Amino acid sequence: MMHFLSFFPYAVAAWLFVMGLYGVVTSRNFVHLIMCLAVLQSSTYVLLLSIGYRWGAVAPVFAGPPVVGTPAVDPVVQALMLTDIVVEATVVALLLALAVQLHKNTRTLNPDELEALEG
Amino acid sequence: MKRSGRIAFFLLSVTGFFAVYLWGLLGLSPFGHYPGPYGDVINKVAVYERHATDVVSAVNFDYRAFDTLGEEFILFISVVGATLLLRRQKGETEDGGAEDETPERNAPSPSDAARAFTLALIGPLVLFGLYIVSHGQLTPGGGFQGGVILATAPLLIYLAGDFETFKKVTSHTLMEVAEALGAGGFLLIGFLGLILGGHYLQNVLPLGKTGEVNSSGVILAISLATGLEVAAGFVLLLYGFLEQTLEIRLKGGGR
Repeated sequence: MMHFLSFFPYAVAAWLFVMGLYGVVTSRNFVHLIMCLAVLQSSTYVLLLSIGYRWGAVAPVFAGPPVVGTPAVDPVVQALMLTDIVVEATVVALLLALAVQLHKNTRTLNPDELEALEG
Repeated sequence: MKRSGRIAFFLLSVTGFFAVYLWGLLGLSPFGHYPGPYGDVINKVAVYERHATDVVSAVNFDYRAFDTLGEEFILFISVVGATLLLRRQKGETEDGGAEDETPERNAPSPSDAARAFTLALIGPLVLFGLYIVSHGQLTPGGGFQGGVILATAPLLIYLAGDFETFKKVTSHTLMEVAEALGAGGFLLIGFLGLILGGHYLQNVLPLGKTGEVNSSGVILAISLATGLEVAAGFVLLLYGFLEQTLEIRLKGGGR
């Protein structure tokens, strides 16, 4: 069991990344594509959190009575993941705004139907 | 690029990715055996040095505050960008919520149950949002998380009523000012350290008593500024998207 679990989260992260990328590459609709990008980015959450995890450790919040001797998980990667979520949310918002304008100007959201850039 | 070519390129890239990823994993300790040392060091010193019991907030708003400043401005710039993209373009009119020409496609107005439930939720949600923003230094939370919760309150107003009510409750100008104040506030709090002869973003405010709300110095101040910015920014995004879908029309009736 130990062997299976010791790399399982890293495999999940890779799976999310590849599936998200597959969706981005083959998407026929920009809204779908943006959601796939969000899936792709969520792989980084799994990766970051699994790097900082430690068996039997507590969360890095010491508001309760002091836990003597129990180690805590890494707060640095958790803080980094928070940054990651914020960036993802804003990127998605910006891309969706672009998709709205794209649909208005070209009447399509299918990347394959787009012609070359016009000035 | 043609579809088949794109998939071939994808497969090639994924193969390359897996090779590099596996190579990288070999140098990583197995899951559940975090080797340290940075996390352990910060976990040991944060409560004593900064009087903050949530170490994640202490990292975000103090030890690594300069990075978070950059993150804050990523948020700021993309809200500005989205607002700019969703503004009324040339050749479009704002019909001020006039009836669509296809009345059968109009959304039905919310039911009484939905209206009562969402309106009853607004008060507790605002309180919860403020709690999360102001207690980020003690328990999980902080400006980013609480700001998003606060921004859902106007969204509930839209769900319970209509866009007109949403516009009355959230003034666009006020939200712009609030967002700028939040982002600028973070920037200016950093200068306190310089003024008092230290470093930029140094924690120079009184640290208070560990476990109390007004503890941890600049962590609380930055958390509040961030909460203001995130809440206002997300309301601006909602405003832009709702206005775009509900009011802005191409001249001549098209969408």
